[in-house]
Amino acid sequence: MNSAIDHFLADGPPQLLPARELMAFTLGSHILLVPFGVALPAITLLMHYRGLRKGDAVALLLARRWSAVMAVQFAIGIVTGTVLSFELGLLWPGMMGRWGDVFGLGFGVEAWAFFLEAILIAIYLYGWRRLKPWTHFWLGLPLPLAALMGAFGIVAANAWMNTPRGFDLDASGNPVDVDVRKAIFTPMLGPEYWHFVVGVVLTAGYVVAGVYAVGWLRGRRDRYHRLGFTVPFSVAAILTPVQFVLGDSIARSVFHEQPVKFAATELVWKTDTHVPEYMFGRLHPDGTISGGIKIPQLDSILAGFSPDTKVTGLTSVPASDRPTATQATIAHWAFDIMVTIGSLLVLLALWYGWCWLRNRDLPRSRWFFRCAALAGGACLLTVECGWITTEVGRQPWIVYENMRVSEAVTDTRASSLWVMLGIVVVVYVLVFGAFLTVLLKMSRGWRLADEGALAGATAGDVEGDTPYGPRPLSTTAGVDGGRE
Amino acid sequence: MIEDAVAWVLLAAVAAYACAGGTDYGAGFWDLLAGGAERGRRPRWLIDHAMAPVWETNNVWLIFVLVVMWTGFPVLFQTVFTAMWLPLALAAVGLVLRGAGFALRKPTRRLARRRVYGAVFAVSSVVTPFFLGAVVGGLATGRVAPGTKASADAWSNGTSVIAGLLTVAATAFLGAVFLTADARRFDAADLVGYFRLRAWSSLGVIAVLAVVGLVVTDDDARYVHDGLTSGIGLALVLAAVVGALATAGLLYRAATGWARITAVGSVALVVLAWGLAQRPYLIPTSLTVSQAAGASTTLRWLMLVTVVAVVLVGPPLVLLYRLDTVGALQPLTEADLRRTAAGREPESP
Repeated sequence: MNSAIDHFLADGPPQLLPARELMAFTLGSHILLVPFGVALPAITLLMHYRGLRKGDAVALLLARRWSAVMAVQFAIGIVTGTVLSFELGLLWPGMMGRWGDVFGLGFGVEAWAFFLEAILIAIYLYGWRRLKPWTHFWLGLPLPLAALMGAFGIVAANAWMNTPRGFDLDASGNPVDVDVRKAIFTPMLGPEYWHFVVGVVLTAGYVVAGVYAVGWLRGRRDRYHRLGFTVPFSVAAILTPVQFVLGDSIARSVFHEQPVKFAATELVWKTDTHVPEYMFGRLHPDGTISGGIKIPQLDSILAGFSPDTKVTGLTSVPASDRPTATQATIAHWAFDIMVTIGSLLVLLALWYGWCWLRNRDLPRSRWFFRCAALAGGACLLTVECGWITTEVGRQPWIVYENMRVSEAVTDTRASSLWVMLGIVVVVYVLVFGAFLTVLLKMSRGWRLADEGALAGATAGDVEGDTPYGPRPLSTTAGVDGGRE
Repeated sequence: MIEDAVAWVLLAAVAAYACAGGTDYGAGFWDLLAGGAERGRRPRWLIDHAMAPVWETNNVWLIFVLVVMWTGFPVLFQTVFTAMWLPLALAAVGLVLRGAGFALRKPTRRLARRRVYGAVFAVSSVVTPFFLGAVVGGLATGRVAPGTKASADAWSNGTSVIAGLLTVAATAFLGAVFLTADARRFDAADLVGYFRLRAWSSLGVIAVLAVVGLVVTDDDARYVHDGLTSGIGLALVLAAVVGALATAGLLYRAATGWARITAVGSVALVVLAWGLAQRPYLIPTSLTVSQAAGASTTLRWLMLVTVVAVVLVGPPLVLLYRLDTVGALQPLTEADLRRTAAGREPESP
């Protein structure tokens, strides 16, 4: 790790390291909420639809509870996301000053989409009690579309940083002749976007399902847990193989569009054919690789379907224009962890699919539920890994081959940035800690209430003060229906 | 030409944020001053209920302001965020604490924790607009120009401090006016008088600050001072004064619905007056609109995106405020979330 820090320190001004750490920390924290911001509304609406369509009180209860979680999560997501907009100016004014008008439009799309999302989510979250059930559902339905639109804007901006297009440079190196369409629809946009969208949906699915998998393992084998598990897990399981294919395809896009980044993520030192694939391992500054598992020919085959495929190596560009050995190793590990977890999740999805086809039922094995409980956390890890791969693999560029991170960084003193990083870490740890505590408390409160009601201490008194709200639909099944 | 249009969009977005976000910050301001847990229980209850459905939407305007800044006027964005580093960094931390404090207080039951979250929310509701106001004030003084390095002088001078305080006072005014209306909407007769009194007092504070501001800016922010005390700038300021006085009168007559409109109008007019007073500069007197403008193709696209967005976002926004004012939006209660144990019987194997 020390050598890693040395490498980061080696190039650029002293404020570069704290600026980078601050960005990494805040973005790395925010990105954990992104899957839920984008996909939780969709999953909730799916459950909501089921509840309304089949008059299923349990499904409606789950949808309402997920809404309550969404309310808190969305708020934390908004504020941590706003911080990132500030940081573009506070940390990377050089990038925004020179390139803002070339690639900023994606953010413009995102801002409006996000606006729409905030409005719709407010109506959805606060519409449960007074709106008519179907009106409420239909007003919520555009939510996933707005979320997808917002994601499009952000990914367009990131894809542009990876494959900048849509401008010419004048004599002094400033962008001129901006072509907005080309700047938005860059070569990496498609692969990044679909990989991202499918990734966040399946992450949200696995995380939500994981909550009920834990309950199932603790013996709460009731319809509530079955439904809470099955709906999000099925969504995620269907998307897992899709993501496997998309992941493979984005790696090949990187091979074509950002060969040096590809070389870093695959630890390819010299341009060559018949390049072996390394699983993990560590690249040294002299080009040797220690540790890891070497599979001959495989990298060439994966990149171009033939061992004769020529793969560009890191040394094809000067050392100052490529990631350092440490950075390459970080990107490589992140990539390999992501691929490994992705492959394991495909097996889990197949297991689930197999049992479903054979028995029309959930797998019986406790091991299945143990794995399912872990799948959510593993997915969040892959989200981090994917982001690390793309960002660290692009080093030392902030705008690939057009602007270095060190040229973009603010000239604020390093000491101020370190202090700010300290403050931000403390604030985020407290905020995220409080956020998790609140979620756990909510969930525990609901479970105790359910168990209390089941044990006979009816929830009648709390029901007394809700004269309106989810219509009798919610009482057509289960205990409520029995009492009516 | 196109850059002027984008500058108008930027100004409109700032005005919208000042009004919508300002109302929100103001609610936080009154939360801070509501007193101990017992004495402040009623006003805090109202603040919670009034803010909850709309606060996120109100704050998205800020993101739009930032995006228009860096896409439309990249140099402006770079200059402001370089020179005004510290106040903007602190405002960003304030935004996190404020949103998190508010969102976490709602589902929390224990009084001690609610207090902590509430205090974090309320304090940062005052600190954040102060810093944002101080930045705007600092820009008006001309201490910042493209290439200026970060310095405390840029935002800790007389004009900045007055602008920061005025911003806080304006948010308090907006917050109090809206909460008065909300108190009527929620049938909380005791709170109507409570917040009406606070709306009037904040108007008094604004008047004092404005007079001090006139004196301070006389030689500290000459260009903007002249713009605000002559011609169209003066006319708009006077219109804003009329709007503010009308608000006070409407509150007295208990016409709270109209009072909201005049209050928003007067704040928006002040923002507009300030924007016009700066003309043709974005940063007086070193960076004009046309100097700061980004590529004209991008600006045309930005206008297109804005128009499309107004069409797409406008109706839902109206719907949200409409549903909110007719009381159709209510938070899920504990009872809704616990309403049944259906489905919790163990499945037969």
